[in-house]
Amino acid sequence: MSDSGQPRDAHYADTAPGDNPFDRHGTGEAVGSYLIGLGLATLLTVVSFFISGTTLVWGPSIPVALVVLAVAQMGVHLVFFLNITTGPDNINNVMALAFGVLIVFLLLAGSLWIMAHMNYNMMPMDQIMRMQR
Amino acid sequence: MSAFEAAVGHERDLPDRRDMAEYVAGGLVSKRIIVGYGFWIFLLSDIVMFSAFFATYAVLVDATAGGPSGRDLFNLRNVAIETACLLLSSFTCGLASIGARTYRGSLFYGAMAATCILGAAFLFIEIHEFADMVAHGAGPTRSAFLSAFFTLVGCHGLHVTAGLLWLLTMMAQVFAKGYRADIRRRVLCFSLFWHTLDIIWVAIFTVVYLMGVEQ
Repeated sequence: MSDSGQPRDAHYADTAPGDNPFDRHGTGEAVGSYLIGLGLATLLTVVSFFISGTTLVWGPSIPVALVVLAVAQMGVHLVFFLNITTGPDNINNVMALAFGVLIVFLLLAGSLWIMAHMNYNMMPMDQIMRMQR
Repeated sequence: MSAFEAAVGHERDLPDRRDMAEYVAGGLVSKRIIVGYGFWIFLLSDIVMFSAFFATYAVLVDATAGGPSGRDLFNLRNVAIETACLLLSSFTCGLASIGARTYRGSLFYGAMAATCILGAAFLFIEIHEFADMVAHGAGPTRSAFLSAFFTLVGCHGLHVTAGLLWLLTMMAQVFAKGYRADIRRRVLCFSLFWHTLDIIWVAIFTVVYLMGVEQ
C-alpha cells in the first residue's frame, strides 16, 4: 500500500484518525464535509451561548441543556473534523475512543460522587476549629 | 459470505487461512495508519488528563473563600470571540490537511497561516483575560476555585501555545523538505492535535464559562 493515506481497498484497510474518507471522491467533497462540521458546530455554539443567558426556558433545565449541547458539539467535531466514524475501517479508532470515554466518565462521576458525600458527612468547619483548640 | 471469504474463497486449499488473513486484511498496514492510531491513543490520554482537571474544578467551583466567583469575573463576550477563533482555526486546519494530502502549496500555506493567526488571537485574548484577573486581585492564589480555574484553562492555553509552535515548525518543514511521507504524517498528527484542543475548549466554555455565569 502506498503511504498516501488512501487505502488500496476500502473494505479491508483501516483508516487513520483524521484522514477524510471523502478524499476518495475529490477535494471538493472533503472541504464540504469540513464545511458541514463548521456549520453544525457554529449552530450548537450559538444555541449554547443563547440558552445560557435566556429566561425563556425553565432555569434548572439550563445546565442540562448546556451539557447536552456540548456533548453534541463534541460529536460533531469527532465526526466531521477528526473523521472518527462508525465505518468498518474505523473500528480501532472507535474502540480506543470508547475506552477513553469510559475512563473520563469514571473519573468525573467518581470524583463528584465521592466529594459530594465527603462534604455531606463532614463536620461544619467552625466545629472542627473549636475541637482543635 | 463474509468479505474475507470473498477475498480468499478461490484458495480454499491453503494450509491455514487465518495466517493469510493478515495479508488480505492489510497486514502490511501503512505507516500513516500506525502513526495516526498511536497519536490518537496519546490524544485520548491527554483528554483523560484534562478530565482530572475538570473533576478538580467541578469539586472546587464553590470554594471561593469569600473571593470573586465566576459570575463576577467572566466576560462572555470575550469567551464568544475566543470560541469563534478556535472553531474557525479548527476548520482552516482541516483545509490545511487537505492541502497537504493533495500537495497544493497555496491551500496548505494559506490555511496554516490562517490557523496560526486565529490561534494567536485566541491566546492573546486569553492572556489578556488572565492578566486582567490577576491585576484585580483574582489570581490563582486567591481561592481554591481560582487555583482550579487557572490550572484547567491555563493548561489548555499551554496546549494551544505548543500547538502554535508545532504549526510553525510544520510550515517550515514542508517548505524545506517538501511533501515527504514522513512530513505529511506529522501534519496529520498536528491536525489531530489541533482538532482535539477545540473539543476540549467546547467542554471548557460550557462547564467553566457558561455554567459559571449562569449559576
